[in-house]
Amino acid sequence: MLILSDLVVAYGAIKALRGISVKVPEQQIVTLIGANGAGKTTTLRTISGLESAQSGLIEFDDIDITSYKPHQIVAAGISQSPEGRMIFANLSVRENLAMGAYLRRDKEKIKQDREYVFHIFPRLHERMKQQGGTLSGGEQQMLAIGRALMARPRLLLLDEPSLGIAPKLVQLIFEKIQEINRELGMTILLVEQNAHLALKVAHYAYVLETGEITLEGPAAEIEQNEDVRKAYLGE
Amino acid sequence: MGEFLQQLMNGLSLGSIYALIALGYTMVYGILRFINFAHGEVFMVGAFVGLWSAPAIADFFGGNLFIAGPVVILLAMVVCSILGVLNERIAYRPLRGKPTIIVLITAIGVSLFYQNFFQSVVGPEPRRFPDLIPQTRVLETDYLIVGSTPLVVIGTAFGLMWLLRFVVLHTKVGTAMRALSFNLQAARLMGINVDRVVAFTFVLGSALAAAAAILFASIYPSVHPLMGLFPGLKAFVAAVLGGIGNLPGAALGGLIIGVTETLVTGYVSATYRDAVAFTILILILLFRPTGLLGSTATEKV
Ligand SMILES: Nc1ncnc2c1ncn2[C@@H]1O[C@H](COP(=O)(O)OP(=O)(O)OP(=O)(O)O)[C@@H](O)[C@H]1O
Ligand SMILES: [Mg+2]
Repeated sequence: MLILSDLVVAYGAIKALRGISVKVPEQQIVTLIGANGAGKTTTLRTISGLESAQSGLIEFDDIDITSYKPHQIVAAGISQSPEGRMIFANLSVRENLAMGAYLRRDKEKIKQDREYVFHIFPRLHERMKQQGGTLSGGEQQMLAIGRALMARPRLLLLDEPSLGIAPKLVQLIFEKIQEINRELGMTILLVEQNAHLALKVAHYAYVLETGEITLEGPAAEIEQNEDVRKAYLGE
Repeated sequence: MGEFLQQLMNGLSLGSIYALIALGYTMVYGILRFINFAHGEVFMVGAFVGLWSAPAIADFFGGNLFIAGPVVILLAMVVCSILGVLNERIAYRPLRGKPTIIVLITAIGVSLFYQNFFQSVVGPEPRRFPDLIPQTRVLETDYLIVGSTPLVVIGTAFGLMWLLRFVVLHTKVGTAMRALSFNLQAARLMGINVDRVVAFTFVLGSALAAAAAILFASIYPSVHPLMGLFPGLKAFVAAVLGGIGNLPGAALGGLIIGVTETLVTGYVSATYRDAVAFTILILILLFRPTGLLGSTATEKV
């Protein structure tokens, strides 16, 4: 469904991605794991059109979207819950969700999708009228995921949903990620530093090291890999 | 007492005009983080649109000012909206992402362009703005006379501010404006077309400035190419006073500056008329740089 081929992205002179190739098949959870500064966020930002590729190709359903603008990418069916959540602190939970559905016109379906978000994250329903900034870290993460779902994407990008969240909530959020994948058949590209969790929920995994893919395979196999166990699973 | 109420009334009319202009500064700042110094010139153009169109429009409606007045305001608002969007499109958009100082200097350049263009094309001499507000005494007691002008000015200004409030708080594009002003990146990830929302912000700000110009010229009926300078600067101070980027703050700041200026002019000396706003500016910068309603931490996007 999503294919990155030889993607190169640089910030000035610094090459953050040195030609990575990644495939995300329909209805799967694919994870991209790697240490600090490996280039995970850069990958997602480039897919969403916030950074532009120096060379390489991004294809989504056989369409070249490499040079699309962010709003065209959302319209094409890719939405993102970004690193650090980026909740609109000055908007209510309801308004945050409405912004997620910004490009949509189908009022009835938007309502249904909001009901679905409340069904998986009932806490958001309780906090509907509160300002986004008053939510806890975990609740903000739920809101960021919910907001991305409101675009009714075909591909959901998640950047470190475990970052800075109480361990109990991390468990819950990862269960919900699996639930979204199962119930909606949602294709997900999940970026994580917490390799342990990511490999548990994903079908397929890529290991990113300083801008290069060093290893890939079914998540269960990657989890058993000696090097990965040493480097990322703390064994 | 009557004298004071009279002054207060005048101060509120002037203040509500400053408030309308200040809202334009603060909205643009909230989204693009720069001061659109050409805003005062959009105001000036609004007054000229009124000056040139009012006779024909009044004629068309058989001298009925109750219809002609609003039509003139609407026309000025439409023309200035287009102008504001063009300014943004031609002068500011190509500089998106460039250091603020460059955009600021460009804005000053745009402002000077309008001033000089109008001076050379229509000439520097002031022209008399036609009467658009029917002159009647609405209330007359032993110690107080309330004319129609301040009431119409205050009513129109507050009506427009209420409308703006509605747009910003209760429509999708208004919510997008608030989202964008908080976090540009996140707004783009929502699929918000930033250029369009920015253009819409210029439409709103310029339209309010145009309405302000018609109201202002109805009180001080002298129209000339430099007339945007002082109202523009004072409204800018009003926006800073209220907390730049904060909409209710801009409205409040405008009212405070208008009332203070009028009271000082009436009770101290007219010499200080233009000094009031700048004294206030220095005081805010010294004691409360974030303004009355501004938040302490402004997030940089
Ligand atoms: N805006 C930027 N300007 C310059 N360099 C950047 C910028 N953003 C990221 N980088 C650099 O690009 C490289 C990849 O960063 P990126 O944020 O993609 O890593 P990451 O894998 O997401 O890391 P983390 O796990 O810390 O989130 C790093 O070396 C980083 O310093
Ligand atoms: Mg990252």
